Amino acid sequence: MYGLKTDWEEEGSDCRYFTLQHYEGITPRWCPGCGDLAVLTAVQRLCRDEQLPPEKTVFVSGIGCSSRFPHYMKTYGFHGLHGRALPVACGIRSRRPDLHVFVATGDGDCISIGAGHWVHAIHYNMKLVVMLLDNNVYGLTKNQTSPTSARGRKTNTHPRGGFFDPINPVQTTLGIANASFVAQTVDWNPPHLLATLKAAHEHPGLAFVRILQRCPHFATPDFEALQRDRSKLLLLTHPDGIELDDAAKATFEKQESHDPSDLNRARELAGLEDAVVLGLFYRNPDVDRYDLHTAEGVGTTRTDKLTAVQAELDRYRI
Amino acid sequence: MKREESTLNAASAGGGDARPVEGDVGLRAAEACVREVSSQIVEIVSDSGEGAQTAGQLFGTVCAKMGNGIWTVEIIPAEIEPPSRSRAGASGIRIRFGTDPVTNMGDGADAVVALNEQVLYSRIDQGGLRPGTLLLIDQKWASSPDPRIAKAYEKAVEDFYQRGYDVRQIPIEEQTATFTDDPHRGKNMWVAGLLCALYSRDLDIALDEVQKVFERRRKGREVIARNHEILRGGYAWGLENLDTRFDVPSRPRTESMVVMNGNAAIATGSMAAGIELCSMYPITPATSASHYLAADFHKVGGFVHQAEDEIAALGFAIGASYAGKTALSITSGPGMALKTELVGLASMAEIPLVIVDVQRGGPATGLPTKVEQGDLLCSLFGQPGDAPKIVMAPSSIEECFHFMITARKLAESFRMPVLVLSDANLATGQAPFPRPEPSEEWLSPPVDQSRWPDGVPAYAWDSQTGLSERPVPGQIGGAYVLTGLAHDEHSRVAYESAINQRGIRMRSRKLAALQKTLRPPQIHGDEEGDLLVVGWGSTRGAIEEAVDRIRRDGSAVSSMCLRFLSPMEPGLKQIFGRFRRVMTVEINYSDDPADPLIDDETRRYAQLAWLLRSRTLVDVDCWSKVPGQPLPPGVIEAAIRERLEGVK
Repeated sequence: MYGLKTDWEEEGSDCRYFTLQHYEGITPRWCPGCGDLAVLTAVQRLCRDEQLPPEKTVFVSGIGCSSRFPHYMKTYGFHGLHGRALPVACGIRSRRPDLHVFVATGDGDCISIGAGHWVHAIHYNMKLVVMLLDNNVYGLTKNQTSPTSARGRKTNTHPRGGFFDPINPVQTTLGIANASFVAQTVDWNPPHLLATLKAAHEHPGLAFVRILQRCPHFATPDFEALQRDRSKLLLLTHPDGIELDDAAKATFEKQESHDPSDLNRARELAGLEDAVVLGLFYRNPDVDRYDLHTAEGVGTTRTDKLTAVQAELDRYRI
Repeated sequence: MKREESTLNAASAGGGDARPVEGDVGLRAAEACVREVSSQIVEIVSDSGEGAQTAGQLFGTVCAKMGNGIWTVEIIPAEIEPPSRSRAGASGIRIRFGTDPVTNMGDGADAVVALNEQVLYSRIDQGGLRPGTLLLIDQKWASSPDPRIAKAYEKAVEDFYQRGYDVRQIPIEEQTATFTDDPHRGKNMWVAGLLCALYSRDLDIALDEVQKVFERRRKGREVIARNHEILRGGYAWGLENLDTRFDVPSRPRTESMVVMNGNAAIATGSMAAGIELCSMYPITPATSASHYLAADFHKVGGFVHQAEDEIAALGFAIGASYAGKTALSITSGPGMALKTELVGLASMAEIPLVIVDVQRGGPATGLPTKVEQGDLLCSLFGQPGDAPKIVMAPSSIEECFHFMITARKLAESFRMPVLVLSDANLATGQAPFPRPEPSEEWLSPPVDQSRWPDGVPAYAWDSQTGLSERPVPGQIGGAYVLTGLAHDEHSRVAYESAINQRGIRMRSRKLAALQKTLRPPQIHGDEEGDLLVVGWGSTRGAIEEAVDRIRRDGSAVSSMCLRFLSPMEPGLKQIFGRFRRVMTVEINYSDDPADPLIDDETRRYAQLAWLLRSRTLVDVDCWSKVPGQPLPPGVIEAAIRERLEGVK
């Protein structure tokens, strides 16, 4: 190749430059056409755009199709147990304010087996980007009902159709105290996906992003309908919301200006039955962050520690 | 007869006389003799919330400060405020103190202060008393406006005489009322004063301790002064009215000592180990360790995270460990059950971690406040598949402290979870031990952020030992994706047979490597003989005391305490070979060979016995019980004597 070389890195100085390749891990083994691939691409672009040092970036996941995510990044990763991504991510964050921590979790991982952790992670509001890759189905275990599956959907565990209306992750998250950033996007609109993730990464606190994610194998008709009929999508716009250029905006038939500081309207929008709402429902950068408390004392010198331990022992002296 | 005196006394106390009646307590102090004894066991029992434990801990600390050996055991009901005057609601404390160091709670009490007769029955039912125990019982119930209570009291006192106790009815609350408007709350201090008189304790030390207790509770000068007055009151009353008093002399001490309970030792040890994060969920009897940490952890830059559940508590600790420093989680049996899957992950992905399990009675919710050694096998084998981990058990409060430093270092060196099995007996028992001299070497090093060497995989297993260095986020060139799936040395998911076999073999090898560094356990008594008694954890002191008593008769009995349960200390088979019989003594369930249907094919052994039998192929016998309380040396002695008969 001649001309300008873009793929370079200067060792041992502050002026390292990271290209997309710096974030590419092993070849993804998701099914062709899986929405997770689009999210992976967007995340790698975000890392490149923000120039996140790979060694300072950690992707944490649980178990499920989307939880393979960390393997496909060339950063530090933690592919743990089903449902437990959030406690692990919070633990990583707790004493390492210098790291960029992302969570990739699915609807089974987060909304079902890890639901307790989901509620409390929102409550803790530690600085994390939480991506809920929601395909409305259990894919890895081959087509079982998920808490976000539509009522009546036929799966291997409910061959005559599921019994319940789905849990609405956005609405539920907006009901948890200390929720500070709640957004929704789709895997098939790259500009909106990237813009949403960028806003999430910039947010000081826990950014919860639900990404509607297509599953080509256990194809969910809901997503097909959304792609076919653009009138089913409602784009939230606002100077304080997700920034989207005019060309990208123009692809949305329905738009509404929504101030993301308006929690009540956010909850109403999350509950709309005739439209899937994309954009930033709610943002409050002033919510207290637990990670600022957990990190207190990081870097205490050994000398200071030893002095404190001596004093502690003296308290018990007889 | 004493019994008549008692009735008389109760009647006159009912008269509402401001001055107490001395009838029952006999001679004046001037005539009282002070008997010198080498050890004493004293208990204070009361309804929950009457401060028996505060008074007892204070008394124990005074004894420790005077140079005595002490061991305390708390008697804790499961409820916060159980109904008053009920046997199940008995709350209290036992203090055993002596001229020499004390290693266990001992047998029947020498003296018991009871704030009502019903709670005393709970101690009698538990076998806490002996014939002749000096009972100091509050006589206020005799004059209760509720005739049923007065009658119950009277009947009980009569019963106590008949059972052969040395009963003294004392105007505890009545006397306390001369110093405070709220004698219900102050009488524990009066009792502490009374005990100081009974045992010739140094009043100045006691007053100093009162001050410390209330300063810790952030009470003002007024409260301290009032409690001083009450304590002095109890002391003066005792000097004036007790006919027999005791002294338990101490030996001069050269080294500096500390006194604390096992949970405080775990907390302090964690700080001295340089642990910076404790992630926990409240559970009895482990929680108080986190309380000690929560109070002072920030002084060493540490933080206590109270998680939303036991699983999250361990997940958080694992995250923190993965990202830097070895973290700690503290729990008890039910919490261990919930953490099972994540412990497996830590073993599989080689995440250093320290987990303290303060064992209580199980299974399920079991006996929340009572001791058991029932978590040994689940600690070793709780996970599906092969999940090697280090399991250690401190046998004293001092070891609770030092094992934390060892545990943290082992977790990091061997890159695996370390389980420290304490129990409810160690957790709440107080004992003095030489003040540790912490050093910088005990503290964890700063998180390595240097460049990770080129070409070194995330698990560069040494083929001999299975050991490897661990990359930490922030290290350039070290990026890897930790996974709980089968993986190769690069942490790449791999399902190939050979890779799975190798990974599991390497993780297992680490235990063998650690075992090669351990020393054979020390034997208490002769190196050979008729019977070897093997124990683990908090039973050591009681077992050794029982063995010492039997050895005085010339019997060839020795004992041994295992501190490492995984891997086990070396040389066990050779040691066992030098004894005609080997048995374990444990606080967990085993079938009694005399029970119906129990034979060689059905008998289920105590947990350590299972392990030793499989490890050594020696026909190791066991004696174990689940009484929900520490095993007294006398009970162990009887069990050993019975087995000795069989050997001879």
